[in-house]
Amino acid sequence: MREFFAFVRKEFLHIFRDTRTLLVLIGLPTVLIVLFGFAISTEIRNVNVGLLSSDGDLPVMRLMEEIDQSEYFTFKGSYPSEDRIEEAMRRGQIDVALIFGKGFSSRLYSPEGAEVAIVADATNPNNASMEVMYLSSIISSYFRDDMVMAAMMSPSAGYGSLVPNLKMMYNPQLKSSYNFVPGIMGLILMLICSLMTSVSIVKEKETGSMEVLLVSPVKPINIVLAKMIPYFVVACVVLINILLLTIFVLKVPVEGSFFWMILVSVIYIVLSLGIGMLVSAVVRTQIIATLICGVIFLVPVMMFSGMLYPLESMPAALQWFAQLIPAKWFIEAMRKIMIEGVPVRYVTNEILIMTAMAVIFFAAAVMKFNDKLD
Amino acid sequence: MIDRDKNVIEVSHLTKKFGDFTAVDDISFEVHKGEIFGFLGANGAGKTTAMRMLTGLSFPTSGKGSVAGFDVWTQSEQIKKHIGYMSQKFSLYGDLTVRDNLEIFAGIYGMKRQVASVRIEELLERLSLTGESRSVVRDLPQGWKQRLAFSVAIIHKPEIMFLDEPTGGVDPAARRQFWELIYEAVDEGITAFVTTHYMDEAEYCDRISMMVDGRIDALDSPAALKLKYGADSIADVFDILARGAKRTE
Repeated sequence: MREFFAFVRKEFLHIFRDTRTLLVLIGLPTVLIVLFGFAISTEIRNVNVGLLSSDGDLPVMRLMEEIDQSEYFTFKGSYPSEDRIEEAMRRGQIDVALIFGKGFSSRLYSPEGAEVAIVADATNPNNASMEVMYLSSIISSYFRDDMVMAAMMSPSAGYGSLVPNLKMMYNPQLKSSYNFVPGIMGLILMLICSLMTSVSIVKEKETGSMEVLLVSPVKPINIVLAKMIPYFVVACVVLINILLLTIFVLKVPVEGSFFWMILVSVIYIVLSLGIGMLVSAVVRTQIIATLICGVIFLVPVMMFSGMLYPLESMPAALQWFAQLIPAKWFIEAMRKIMIEGVPVRYVTNEILIMTAMAVIFFAAAVMKFNDKLD
Repeated sequence: MIDRDKNVIEVSHLTKKFGDFTAVDDISFEVHKGEIFGFLGANGAGKTTAMRMLTGLSFPTSGKGSVAGFDVWTQSEQIKKHIGYMSQKFSLYGDLTVRDNLEIFAGIYGMKRQVASVRIEELLERLSLTGESRSVVRDLPQGWKQRLAFSVAIIHKPEIMFLDEPTGGVDPAARRQFWELIYEAVDEGITAFVTTHYMDEAEYCDRISMMVDGRIDALDSPAALKLKYGADSIADVFDILARGAKRTE
């Protein structure tokens, strides 16, 4: 045991003597959280809205005022024809237009119903679909109030219920930070655990100190386990740092149980350490270790974990591939627990899959490490 | 001081094959307690492979061997506890201090804290590094790094120290100083097993073996070898033996 602790101490020394790397480890998540939380955002803001409404309808004008007041939209003015709307859109004056049919407000309370078209500039499809979603949500909630009133006044008609009732569950303000926080956690923890561990193990092979360690009485498996402990601790510090930032800086209301959030994260940390260990058992140079961790494990976290692009819109083959990405399961579980606040039995699948992956990676790494010896 | 009746390494008919290639071909020798045993050979002659078997890093294909009284087949864990090893590559931790490095290896070899700290002070003094104990190893001159690596290898007072080309890349004066350290360690009762390709260093050894193509072609004291081959220096003896070598790098 004394031998083992001498090792753990050595690994801590490596980390603490290298203050620059330590700062990066702690600072990077902070920067990313702030960047993704505030600067880079998939929320839409300052969207210019144009209007085409044949007869200066009062309810329509009131609706436009309401839209203008929301933090997302700016009402740019009315246009006389669809051609002018298109022209304005081409010139970039407006991003989205609302086209109300003739006699909109009077038909609203008639059994045939009223029609409104939302025309969006879909050059950026993500933005366009968000704009449409936001607008339809504003419109329907606006007229729902009106129609409920109408329905109360003439209960026999009963057409108030025709309006769709959109509700953005768990994230009513459609804040993108809710989506990003679990993603960033998945990314950073993977970075620290797999990349840093594997590079630090492979470094010893490169410099030749591994040879001296192998000649010492320390068991090879202990050399590797001792490497993991400090990175496990660093990962936990980073995890707590991210959670604090999330709650106090991004002000994401954490719904779920902290215990399960931490537990799921710890499983993911262990899983990432297993990946780092396997990589270090397979490769010989730091540069290859960096490439493997970066390309095979970090890029897919961005692409396939649902952090940037929704998985559902990918081709089936890629969706299958995404199931193999450990971070995907972690991010899903964290989203469910953190944002939706569901009880843990709804994330049993994710937890089991991550545990299984961790076991597989560790088993493979231990096997690989042992047969390397001779 | 050399105890000829007591062998710390005994090897008989040791062979290591990698597929069709016989890296070490049926070697037999003994190393007496307290001697400096020079293990010479050209690059690729099989020195490193032989050393790996003796240090418990790999198993032989056939043959018998014991190191510090422990069997290479069954007791490699015990062997590792009783030997020290200095690699030809500089293998300390450059990002840590002199003292850190010494403390780490004292810990790895399971030394008790008090014993270790006494030993560390003693070694620092011997290296005249007491004033530099808080310096980061990376910044030390090459000669000092090598002497520190040596101290790390003998921190736990092993029975045998394996030194794999310990003086590679340092100037003659530093090499001379290094050999002083080896003599001091031998005075402590540590047996030295040294590989080198500096033939002048071979003269410092009590006995030397010369490996050619995986076999040990000669083994005796430097003086006896020179006499036997009618050569003026060990370098000449080596030339005569190496002429027959088939392996080249």
